[in-house]
Amino acid sequence: MSDDVVNIEVDGKPVEARPGQMVIEVTDTIGAYVPRFCYHEKLSIAANCRMCLVDIEGAPKPIPACAQPVSEGMKVFTRSPRAISAQKATMEFLLINHPLDCPICDQGGECELQDLAMGYGRDVSRYNDGKRVVKDKDIGPLVSTDMTRCIHCTRCVRFGEEIQGKPQLGTTLRGENVEISTYVEQNIDHELSANIIDLCPVGALNNKPYRYSARAWEMAQHATIAPHDCVGSNLFAHVLRGTVKRIVPRVNEAINETWIPDRDRFSYQAIYSQDRLQKPQIRDKGEWRELEWEDALESAAAALRDADEIGMLTSPSATIEEGHLVRRLAEHLGTSNIDHRIERRDFKDQSQDPAFPWLGCRIAELEDQDAILVIGSNIRDEAPILAHRIRKAALGGASVSFVNSVEYEYFFDVDHYLAGAGLVELLSSDGIEPVLEKLRQADDALVLLGNVAGRHGAFSSVRALAADIARRTGAKLGTLSPGANSAGLSQAGVLPGDGLHAGAMLDQALDAVVLLNIEPDTDIHAAPDAVARLAKQKFVIAMTPFVSDALLEAADLLLPVGTFAETSGTFVNVEGTWQSFGGIASPIGESRPAWKVLRVLGNLVEADGFDYVTSEDVLAECREAVGEIAPAEYAGSGSGVEANGDDKPSEDIDTPLYSVDALVRRATALQRTPAARRAAGEEDA
Amino acid sequence: MNRVISYFKTFALWELLKGLKVTQTNWFRKSVTLEYPEEKTPQSHRFRGLHALRRYPNGEERCIACKLCEAVCPALAITIESDVGDDGTRRTTRYDIDLFKCIYCGFCEEACPVDAIVETRLHEYHMEEPGQNIMTKDKLLAVGDKYEAMIAADKAADAKYK
Repeated sequence: MSDDVVNIEVDGKPVEARPGQMVIEVTDTIGAYVPRFCYHEKLSIAANCRMCLVDIEGAPKPIPACAQPVSEGMKVFTRSPRAISAQKATMEFLLINHPLDCPICDQGGECELQDLAMGYGRDVSRYNDGKRVVKDKDIGPLVSTDMTRCIHCTRCVRFGEEIQGKPQLGTTLRGENVEISTYVEQNIDHELSANIIDLCPVGALNNKPYRYSARAWEMAQHATIAPHDCVGSNLFAHVLRGTVKRIVPRVNEAINETWIPDRDRFSYQAIYSQDRLQKPQIRDKGEWRELEWEDALESAAAALRDADEIGMLTSPSATIEEGHLVRRLAEHLGTSNIDHRIERRDFKDQSQDPAFPWLGCRIAELEDQDAILVIGSNIRDEAPILAHRIRKAALGGASVSFVNSVEYEYFFDVDHYLAGAGLVELLSSDGIEPVLEKLRQADDALVLLGNVAGRHGAFSSVRALAADIARRTGAKLGTLSPGANSAGLSQAGVLPGDGLHAGAMLDQALDAVVLLNIEPDTDIHAAPDAVARLAKQKFVIAMTPFVSDALLEAADLLLPVGTFAETSGTFVNVEGTWQSFGGIASPIGESRPAWKVLRVLGNLVEADGFDYVTSEDVLAECREAVGEIAPAEYAGSGSGVEANGDDKPSEDIDTPLYSVDALVRRATALQRTPAARRAAGEEDA
Repeated sequence: MNRVISYFKTFALWELLKGLKVTQTNWFRKSVTLEYPEEKTPQSHRFRGLHALRRYPNGEERCIACKLCEAVCPALAITIESDVGDDGTRRTTRYDIDLFKCIYCGFCEEACPVDAIVETRLHEYHMEEPGQNIMTKDKLLAVGDKYEAMIAADKAADAKYK
């Protein structure tokens, strides 16, 4: 008998298991379903719901399958009369205190308790005494509570301890009086916290903004991709009659596992914001007036045709199709002033930019690193999923160190935290030596350059120093990038080449500027006073889903385009995975997908080959143009780098969790979270 | 021989007498037709006619927007939108029944956990304008308010069979 195989028998069928596996893992792999509530493959084993009781030969009593390790020759019966009667008895006890208010419960129709009660519940209750009632807790704007429904599986408690690293919910009292609550009356406050909605097997923890607005069975489920960070978490959008009602995670072990950040879950609210631009608008003798699409597109095309000097800026979250069309349009108009790096302040060594800024390893490989140095990043805010992977690495024994001007809170043992000065100063100081030693000793080491570094005034110096560190220690160099699609837009060539970069564009007097999905006051860091600078330009065409005071001041023509939910497209994430998605929601007002607007603009300025029918046509052409770009590392050198005077501490260049893009800023539930209120300077948050 | 009988019957007005016999037997029989609309046929308390939404005696709407009626409706005649109500409870913001789609099967009534949607005995209604076939929430509640006594009596009469 080999050491790494245990032979057991499940319902009479011989099965090979690995030593240390629990019985429920084995039964799951062969499809013998054992009912469960508290067991979750991503969480530790609690064995407190007792629903997974199975019959094991030789055992005096039924045994919980989730907590029973396999042993050689074990005979498991999942459907024997003893197992079934034990499961039915457990269900009867669970239902004693459950309110059975399924008709008004949002979990109704997708409830694990409801489903299992169909199989294991009695049709009539034998219980005639009073039921338990538990007061509901207010745990913040994202998660609603109906604690009477709770069956005390403690998945949410374990999630807080094991996944967030920040225990926020706990059990108090004992026996029948057990309650799940926050320790002190407190809001849950973590970037992944709303995942407890999906974990809760009953309707105790539910989606607050979605509350009572739809039923699970009437919505259509569409796959989509999160547009807020460089990870591209896989999502399902649940859509009712063309309206997105909620977002839930789509399992992808290579990217987001089963979790999604709260930002991805609740940003859909912005699709239905009051700020949505309903119709094209043009500035006419200083006054804004609405006009028809046809006229709007004609004036845009006329402005582009007549212009000598044109600049085009796209959001780093524009789809690769949009990026490709912008580049082709620019080529036709004879300009190379296009850029998506609107957050960057320092373009000094932009010629050294890799063609595809990437993470240095696959996302899933992050947790296998032995040493990680994160430079200039508030990674929990920038890419919560990557922060979670890094936390997993740290829990697995990796040495994780941070270099950042501001010391952010991490819920694991940080090896070294260098903070309190500018990034260049910190990286050149002696304090970095022990960190380098750790990187040198590690088999798999990674130096990660974050978005705070990317926005830093001396980014070129920081990057050169980071590259030097990586080279000296034999570590990989990885880069986080802003937006959902920096990697894609770089590959698609939304870069100026020998033209003007984002910062320089705003300094020059141009005849026409095209903005795609950009809010100049908050999104552009490449030049100070972007709004005032844009207002001085001759003609600014803004393709935007939202209208804001800043846009009304900066632009001359507003074209309403759809958000990520109303367009089809592709994002390339930081590990280089091309993830396409389709439009999921009906467009708001007269907004149109941006790629269609760009296509018509192309036709109007008589560019060749702008007769795409679908976004897939654009994607196919783009893929061909991009070809295979291998992830290249930055090749510059840090020798002789000096702080170039802009090496300010990074407080003011960090973008808080719920301010990263136009969508998140308009998601009302997210804006009421403690994190958003702290960022806005509210004292009581 | 037959010719002789036939000849005799012709002069005795036999066929006429036969007809008059039918007339005579029906003359005293109870009539089966009704003078509608002055007279009406009796109705079962289970008659399924025009829909109504009911309230509790304290005036609170019964409907909790569980959408089971919408889900069970085989003709897809019901459209519901729901939200959190003013008092924090689950409430409909829209409850439309398209009477042209409805096949009066009564499944909505069966599915309702709170006896909110019912089919009343009313069957004499008509529409004059397009769009009047949509029974909105207000119209349904108005029917319920007006005929609550009848609905309650019908429900009570049927209770022992449930």
